[in-house]
Amino acid sequence: MTAAQPVVQVRDLRMAYGDNLVLDGVEFDIRAGEVLCLLGPNGAGKTTTIEILEGFRTRSEGEVSVLGEDPAQAGESWRARTGVVLQSWRDHPRWTPRRLLSLLGGYYAPYSTETVTRPWDLEELIDLVGLGEIADRRISTFSGGQRRRLDVAMGIVGRPELLFLDEPTAGFDPQARREFHEIVHRLADLDGTTILLTTHDLAEAEKLADRVVVLAGGRIVADDSADALARRVSGEAQVTWTRDGERFVHATAEPNDFVRALLAEEAAGAGEVLDLEVRRANLEDAYLALVNQHESGAAAAAAVEFAEVAR
Amino acid sequence: MSGATVGHAVRLGLRRGWTEFVQSVRSSQDQWFYLFTAALVVGYLWIRRDADTGTDLPFAAFALPSLLGGLIAFGVVIGPAYQLAMEREDGTLLRHRAIPGGIVGYVTGCLLVNTLSVLPQLLAVLVPSFLLFDGLMAEPSGWLTVAWVVLLSLLAMMPIGMVIGSLVPGVQKVGMWGMLPIMALAGISGIFYPIQQLWGWVQVVAQVFPMYWAGLGMRSAFLPDGAAAAEIGGSWRTWETVAVLGGWAVVGVLVTPVVLRRMSRRQTGSEVAAAREATMQWVK
Repeated sequence: MTAAQPVVQVRDLRMAYGDNLVLDGVEFDIRAGEVLCLLGPNGAGKTTTIEILEGFRTRSEGEVSVLGEDPAQAGESWRARTGVVLQSWRDHPRWTPRRLLSLLGGYYAPYSTETVTRPWDLEELIDLVGLGEIADRRISTFSGGQRRRLDVAMGIVGRPELLFLDEPTAGFDPQARREFHEIVHRLADLDGTTILLTTHDLAEAEKLADRVVVLAGGRIVADDSADALARRVSGEAQVTWTRDGERFVHATAEPNDFVRALLAEEAAGAGEVLDLEVRRANLEDAYLALVNQHESGAAAAAAVEFAEVAR
Repeated sequence: MSGATVGHAVRLGLRRGWTEFVQSVRSSQDQWFYLFTAALVVGYLWIRRDADTGTDLPFAAFALPSLLGGLIAFGVVIGPAYQLAMEREDGTLLRHRAIPGGIVGYVTGCLLVNTLSVLPQLLAVLVPSFLLFDGLMAEPSGWLTVAWVVLLSLLAMMPIGMVIGSLVPGVQKVGMWGMLPIMALAGISGIFYPIQQLWGWVQVVAQVFPMYWAGLGMRSAFLPDGAAAAEIGGSWRTWETVAVLGGWAVVGVLVTPVVLRRMSRRQTGSEVAAAREATMQWVK
């Protein structure tokens, strides 16, 4: 694998369950060291996509390459280079983090290379995710936030080159969410781990990701950095006002000039301008509109509309 | 996977099984379970201690071996069935799927912990029984027979438990697909009363399954040779016992890996999430 080749390459990915097409021609790349976020409403196909890349689900059609191999056929040494952060629920209640991480880490030992020592040093790992104080306590006594930190530790114990996180903060309280974001930042900085995560929360995508891929109705409707997406969506502003009891709406890229002209007309005696309002559409509005439409069943229309706005 | 990495995964699996076993005997929940089942068995023997057995043997000596056979059958089928069904739902298995060699290690651990768990179960029944009743073991050499019968019964029946645990749609269904058939089988396998009291065809059905033979093997270990006269054919039928239990073991070794592989391939995050949702929604 050359350095220039993306860590993940997805081409024309399709997934169908019976007649139901859940992924339709999905394409994107992830470069080494990048944090990429798959953003989309529930049911958009995010989990299906990530499970195909993890090698847990067999795709219907398309080409997928992850770390240079097809995940549907890749073996245990490929598995050793990837990490999956799963949501613990009630598994391993009688274990302690130290015992469990030491055992799970053991599986990676045969896959150490000259450049990557596997698994992660136990004490270092426990410190990294902030479990130092409770490393010898039974997992059944853990709070939700503590469990999440353990989840991350289990996902990265083998020092993965590529880490998958599916809806990592679903059901978190704000404090746990914040702690989790810090851990992801630390991981991304630490040794340039490539990270793919899914979320339906735009704010989270903006905070964590270098690049955001928006998925809706089984298609990619936008693919860029969060900043660039925001700039593109906010390209036009909406000006609304009433005059003589009639309501007007005008979309313009230059709201300053437009409003100046409008008020000049008023001064020239064209009737009083009332309820003047200038609104710049932002990414959040556009995304919320997408989610609302998606959830009311108009997934395809929502996808087209969002793609239009973010073009 | 190469031989070396498989060996590595098996060793980690043994470590997992041992840790789980130590954690189990230290947990009050499991201690209560062992004591509870033991109390049922010993209590039953005590209450019926003066019952007529139709032989010279006291009731406890007559009934204990069969009950032990039934208890082992119950433990090594239901134990792994529940464990697998539960750990499919709670994501334990999925975690191992995400790890190189993880499934090999997981299954190894599962086999070891369920094998070891037979020991505290047996001890919990045997210790109070030997304190309360006399003449339970006719010949000391019977312990050797106990050892191989237990081992062969494990090999014959644990795969059945693992297959049930792999195939049931959820933990809540283990009762229906695991418990119920085992109870029914216990009813016809000569565990609570001699099998000859049943219709001929029921006896044939019972003898197809391993539970009858586990009970028979245990009786051959504990009871004096003369008691064999009360069995089918007037013999302990040792070779037949080895053949039937061994046959189930071979089938288990062939079938279980296939079933486990198919089941683990189906494991995904969304399946675990769906199971989690399902447990919160009892009424559907």
